[in-house]
Parts: sequence; C-alpha cells; structure tokens
Amino acid sequence: MKSMGRLAAALGAGIAILLLWQGAVTLFAPPPFILPGPAAVARRLWLDRALLLDHGLITLAEIGLGLVIGTLIGIGAAIAISASRPLRRILLPLVIASQAVPVFAIAPLLVLWLGYGMASKIAMAAIVIFFPVTIALADGIARLEPGLVDLARVMTGGGSPRGRRWRLLRHLYGPAALPALGSGLRIAAAVAPIGAVIGEWVGSAGGLGWLMLQANARAKIDLMFAALALLAVIALLLYRLVDGALRRATPWANSTDILKESEPT
Amino acid sequence: MTVPDGPAAAGRSPAIVISGAALRFGDTCHFAGLDLTLDGGRTTCLLGPSGIGKTSLLKLIAGLPAAGLSGTVSAGDGAPLAGRIAMMAQRDHLLPWARLIDNTMLGARLRGEAPDESRARAILTRLGLGPAIDLRPEALSGGMRQRAALARTLYEDRPVVLMDEPFSALDAVTRHRLQEVTARALAGRTVLLVTHDPAEALRLGDRVLVLNSRPGALREIEVPGGAIPRDQARGDFAAALGRLFESLGDGGAQG
Ligand SMILES: Nc1ncnc2c1ncn2[C@@H]1O[C@H](COP(=O)(O)OP(=O)(O)OP(=O)(O)O)[C@@H](O)[C@H]1O
Ligand SMILES: [Mg+2]
Repeated sequence: MKSMGRLAAALGAGIAILLLWQGAVTLFAPPPFILPGPAAVARRLWLDRALLLDHGLITLAEIGLGLVIGTLIGIGAAIAISASRPLRRILLPLVIASQAVPVFAIAPLLVLWLGYGMASKIAMAAIVIFFPVTIALADGIARLEPGLVDLARVMTGGGSPRGRRWRLLRHLYGPAALPALGSGLRIAAAVAPIGAVIGEWVGSAGGLGWLMLQANARAKIDLMFAALALLAVIALLLYRLVDGALRRATPWANSTDILKESEPT
Repeated sequence: MTVPDGPAAAGRSPAIVISGAALRFGDTCHFAGLDLTLDGGRTTCLLGPSGIGKTSLLKLIAGLPAAGLSGTVSAGDGAPLAGRIAMMAQRDHLLPWARLIDNTMLGARLRGEAPDESRARAILTRLGLGPAIDLRPEALSGGMRQRAALARTLYEDRPVVLMDEPFSALDAVTRHRLQEVTARALAGRTVLLVTHDPAEALRLGDRVLVLNSRPGALREIEVPGGAIPRDQARGDFAAALGRLFESLGDGGAQG
C-alpha cells in the first residue's frame, strides 16, 4: 500500500515536470533545435529505439563493469588502509589525489593508453567509483563501537596472533562496516554514469555520451534529449538495483537507514 | 542441557593482585592508590555509587586502555592474565547482524577455534533463550539481550570472569533464577561482579566490597554465612543487608 503511494508520488512528480516542460515550450516557443517539447523527445525515443538501445547497452556495460571493478578496488584499498599504518600513509594521499585531479583531465590520457573502446570508459567509471567506496568502508572499519573493540581484545588476548587480523575483519570489523560500505556504494552507483559518459565525450565510437555529441553536432536536439532521458533511466535503475541488493545484504541496518523511504515494500 | 559448572580445573583460577590503581581526570580524582586482591576461585562483589569508577576498575583488570586509568594488575600465579579473562560489559554489545547462537560463539571465531555449537545451545537454553537461538538481537527484549551477553560470557569458559551489572535489565524472578544458574556456572572461578543491587552482592559474593566516593577507598562488608547463592531468608542476611546499605549511604554522605 505504502509503495503504491510512493509510486503515485513519483509518477505525479514526473508528470508535473513533463507538463512544465511542455508549458514552457508552448509559451516561449523556442526553436526545436534549442529545446524540443516532451512529445518530440518521446517520438524520437520511439523512432530511434534500436539506435538508443545499442548505445544504451554500451554505456550500461561500461557503468556496470566500472562499478564492479571500482568497488573491488575500493574494498581492497579500504582494507589495506585499515590494516596497516604505513600502508595508510602511502595509500591515503594517493586515493585523495586521484579525486583531486578532475576526471576530465585524466580522460584523454586514459583514451590514449586504453584506446577508444570500452576499456578507457570502464577505467574512468572505476576511478570515479572507487573513492566513495574506499572512504566509506575505511571509515566504517575505523568506527567500530569502542565496546566491541574492547570485547574483541579481551576475547583474543593471549591467543595465537596467526590470522588474527583476518578473523577480526571477517567476523567483526567487516560485517560491522557493511552499512557504511553500503552508503559508499550508493554514492558510487549514483556517480558512476559521470565517469563513463565523460569518457565517451573525450573519445569513443559508441555509447550514450557519444550519441549525445553526434546528435548535438547535427542539431538533432530531440535525439540528444532522448539519449539524456535514457541515461537518467539507466542511472535510476542502477541505483535501485544496488540499493535493493544492499538492503537484502544488511537487513539489520535498514531500520536506521535514512534512505529507507525508498524501499518498495 | 548441561552447562559446565566451574572451570575444568578449578584450582587453576588465579588470584588477581591490583596495586596502585587510580582514576584521574585533570584535577578530578575518582580513586587513587587503590590496592585490592581478588581471591582465586572466589567471587568478589563490588558496589559503589554511579560514576565512582567501577567499570573503569574492570577495564584496568581486563587490560583495556582507558583515559585517566593507571595501576598494575597481575595474576597470583605469575602467569600473564591475557587470554584467561572473560568480560561481560555494562552494555550488551551484541553483534546486530549475527544470530544469538553466533553471538554466543563470537570468541571462538575470533580466536580461530572451532565453535562448539552444542555447548552454545546448552548455555542459551539454560538461560531461557532456547526459543530465540536463531533470532538476531533486534528481535530481543532488553532482558533477553542481557542474557545473551551473559551466555556469550559463560561460553568463553575462562578462569577469570569480570561482570558489570550482569542482571540489571532482568525482572525480579528471572534475576533470582539466573543468579543461581550463574553462580553455579562460575563456581571455582575468580569473579569480580559489579552490581548496584545490595541483595545480589550478598547472595553471590564470597566477599563484598564497597567503593566509597570521597575517600576513594574500598570498604569490606561482612557477609552472611551459607553457601552461594545464599538464601535471603536467613536471619544474618537481613543484618548484612542493613550494614551494606549503611555503608553505601556513608560514602554519599561524606561526599
Ligand atoms: N574522558 C573522561 N573525562 C572525564 N571524566 C571521565 C572520562 N571518562 C570517564 N570519566 C569519568 O570516570 C568516572 C568513572 O566512570 P565508570 O564508568 O568507571 O563509573 P561506574 O562506577 O562504572 O558508574 P556506573 O555505576 O554508573 O556504571 C565517571 O564519573 C566518568 O564521568
Ligand atoms: Mg559502570
């Protein structure tokens, strides 16, 4: 019942935006190559559906693979940062520097090194994604409740140190940090398309970013908007997918989750 | 359905010697120069007003670092204490993602030992948590959570046990029953049990100590006779209870 209400609210908001958009187009009558109406964009979505689907799948694959690779790198980096102080001293500045340099600046290099194909876009997406994952997970590991830190200390005191760190990570620090990792992953899922699309703008032979550039160059603004709309849908679906998977993975954390509102129950 | 009563080798529960214990924050001194020996294989109950530093004293014994805390702790047998202590903290600190049975066996997992599920089940059942074994902590009441923490502590099966208000969240009947179960399970171990309940201290303690506020000194209260857990119906129990209340009141009055 609640989800019906939420669906209705989302639909209502969507319809309101479409109406405003159509209203603005009717009122100011901009030339179609500046701002096409929603009807024109919908028509283009339908007419070029095969084209859009092709390029959409390319972008989706780039984002998806980037998400997987970026997440794995992020988890690895977070564990390394948490496990040893010397590693933290070396890795943390690198991790932060990787975000201080705008992705736009690295994009041409990656295209140069990895080529015009999907690899450079996956790398871009991974670079954008791994940072929130690393920081959120490292933070979650560092913030284990002091009472639990004490408990683990007393429990493992005097025992064999072999594999102790790994066991602590597996049975205590890791699970405790899962909700924090989840927050990082949600951010990662939301920003992932940025990396892929920027990569496509800088140099590519396909994908929604590439399609938008082509459409823009040929003043086919309705196609550009159609590609944009598809990108937005992909981003939303990806977020919902990640969000849903996280919810199932960390059910104990959901009651304190500020994003709980979005859960389809 | 059996809980190990007493450690496998009761004689191995060491005495614990605390010397020069102090808790200071800047100019505030909660206690200083405190010396205390916990008799091996015996239960010592510690009372005292809230905020005096009972939990801090437990941390000192457990070897946990805490701000403002200093002093030395050693075992009467000269061997290191690390690895011989089980601690039940004031809060339950249950893992929210783990079922009760897994919470109980956490220590074994962290030490890389094979978890003994049937023993964990027996302990949980003995503490009245049988039906909740597969639940996560979020599904438990406050008292059930506390019993789960108690189960985890008993599962550790250590010769030295530190407990910080272990029965505070229980109803009177359950508390009475669990005091008995716990006393039996802990017999022969060196136990320091912090409590705010004078009757509980007299029921369970071979020795009962009160940490007073201003002087920051320990005062020992004469305990009634009888085997632990003591019968509250005995005549000398009421007398001891009176003395204990008086002593607890004293500390506050002097402060
Ligand atoms: N960082 C700190 N700065 C100043 N005072 C502190 C700090 N940490 C703890 N204290 C003080 O140390 C004292 C001892 O705390 P502790 O938890 O040991 O008391 P307690 O006797 O266990 O109390 P209770 O019966 O309420 O559990 C408290 O009065 C507390 O205010
Ligand atoms: Mg306390």
